[in-house]
Amino acid sequence: MSVFAKLTLTEFKLMLREPLPAFFVLLFPTVLVVILGSIPSFRDPSADLGGMSVIDLYVGISVALVIAMVALQVTPAVLSSYRERGVLRRLATTPVSPMKLLGAQLTMSLITAIVSATLVLAVGRIAFDVALADQFPGFVLAFLLCTLAVLGIGVLIAALAPNAKAGNAIGTVLFFPSMFFAGLWTPREVMPQVLQRIGDFTPLGAGERALHDAMSGNWPNMLSVTVLAAYVIVFGLASSRLFRWS
Amino acid sequence: MAVIEVQNLQKRYGDTVAVRDVSFTVDRGEIFGILGPNGAGKTTTVECIAGLRIPESGTITVLDRPPRDPELRKLVGVQLQESQLQEKLTVREALELYSSFYPEPADWQALARELGLIEKLGTRYAKLSGGQKQRLSIALALIGNPRIAILDELTTGLDPQARRDTWDLIESIRDRGVTILLVTHFMEEAESLCDRVAVIDHGEVVALDTPAGLVARIAVEQRIRFRPSRPIDDEQFLALPQVTQVRHHGGQLEIAGTGELLSAVTSLLAAQQITAADLRIEQANLDDAFVQLTSRTGKE
Repeated sequence: MSVFAKLTLTEFKLMLREPLPAFFVLLFPTVLVVILGSIPSFRDPSADLGGMSVIDLYVGISVALVIAMVALQVTPAVLSSYRERGVLRRLATTPVSPMKLLGAQLTMSLITAIVSATLVLAVGRIAFDVALADQFPGFVLAFLLCTLAVLGIGVLIAALAPNAKAGNAIGTVLFFPSMFFAGLWTPREVMPQVLQRIGDFTPLGAGERALHDAMSGNWPNMLSVTVLAAYVIVFGLASSRLFRWS
Repeated sequence: MAVIEVQNLQKRYGDTVAVRDVSFTVDRGEIFGILGPNGAGKTTTVECIAGLRIPESGTITVLDRPPRDPELRKLVGVQLQESQLQEKLTVREALELYSSFYPEPADWQALARELGLIEKLGTRYAKLSGGQKQRLSIALALIGNPRIAILDELTTGLDPQARRDTWDLIESIRDRGVTILLVTHFMEEAESLCDRVAVIDHGEVVALDTPAGLVARIAVEQRIRFRPSRPIDDEQFLALPQVTQVRHHGGQLEIAGTGELLSAVTSLLAAQQITAADLRIEQANLDDAFVQLTSRTGKE
């Protein structure tokens, strides 16, 4: 096994050893779908929601929730603790670059997000007959763009946070407004116009809208794709410039 | 043959000068100590040698390469001060993972046995005692079979037995031909382990010698205490050129002086046919030398 694969596997094991984050990342979004799907009226198509049912919407919102959990709750906490504890510094004295651990952590985060999102989609499809993304390549594009955008923000938090505690706190503070605009409490479709507009420019608001487009059979809209791509570039560059080993 | 050469190293952080002027060479197969009070610039010096920091000025070569040469990461093992591992990583996972980083790693199980970690392989890092964490850190520094090991505050947090065991281990590693650069503030450690010691204070090397050489360098009084078998006049001792002072503690005599004090005093006693009971000699050790060397610069 290559060193990179070993590091990624180790990151995965370590993530599973934190019961609370592991639950919230891997199971909670699916649990949310199951709970909401169990309410009969949420399974009925609604004219207010453009002919979709509440559970149709919440499958997409739960996928956005997966991304937010991974990229705002796990990644910043883990990476800032690695810097604070000197894990990256120790690595800098070995033949393996700390960059490799960073890459392994992000790869693990991406794989975890894919696994959890797949679970959400599968349960939505099997238990509640929610259509799988009709525009599958569009869905994959929206998912990857959104995940990379929010991971970029997560790494930037880890770069700026003075310690693990702060990294964790900043991630949590950003988590709630981000998920608000992704429609976790009020789906975008029933939000006032002005909030919809603001949400279009937030990473998870744009991400959820792009996922929603793909799930209802269309290509993600240009605005959301542009916003997400801009987040990927800006935060990717900023975090790669600002991240320190110690 | 020199494996580490440091010449006129200088490093500052903002306005603070951490290292003002440090030069020394470390020869192959030696245990070289860097000794100094807190904040003297010891850690900064070794971090520059380990390639973690870039010096302001001065030159460093390690195995004839610049310190940041990637090749050196395979040849130099480093144990950093205050560098921890992931809380939930087990000892076995850490050893296995880090040994996979190197082209020719040491046998990590043998290393774990030598360092007394074999019983703890399944234990997570957070559950280890301070001493066990320290020993794991040493194991990780040695796991790549390095030619040079840099060990910063090697035995801090270890109990006396574990400290002595670690010293034995370091000697056995040196016997395999590994050069060891050791940062310490323990005199006893430097005295029993190091072939040569550089004493650093306020960012400068104030002395560089063998531990015995450092002790000999300072003119310290020796003191001899004993109980004479019959009273003897103080003046007889004071007539000896080596004696500077005679004091009485109950029935005990304490004679202070320099040079060949002991032989001068014993031959006087022999001539008078006096025997000395409870004879004790107090001599300077590295502790005294260190205090003298570092307080001298402190006054400047």
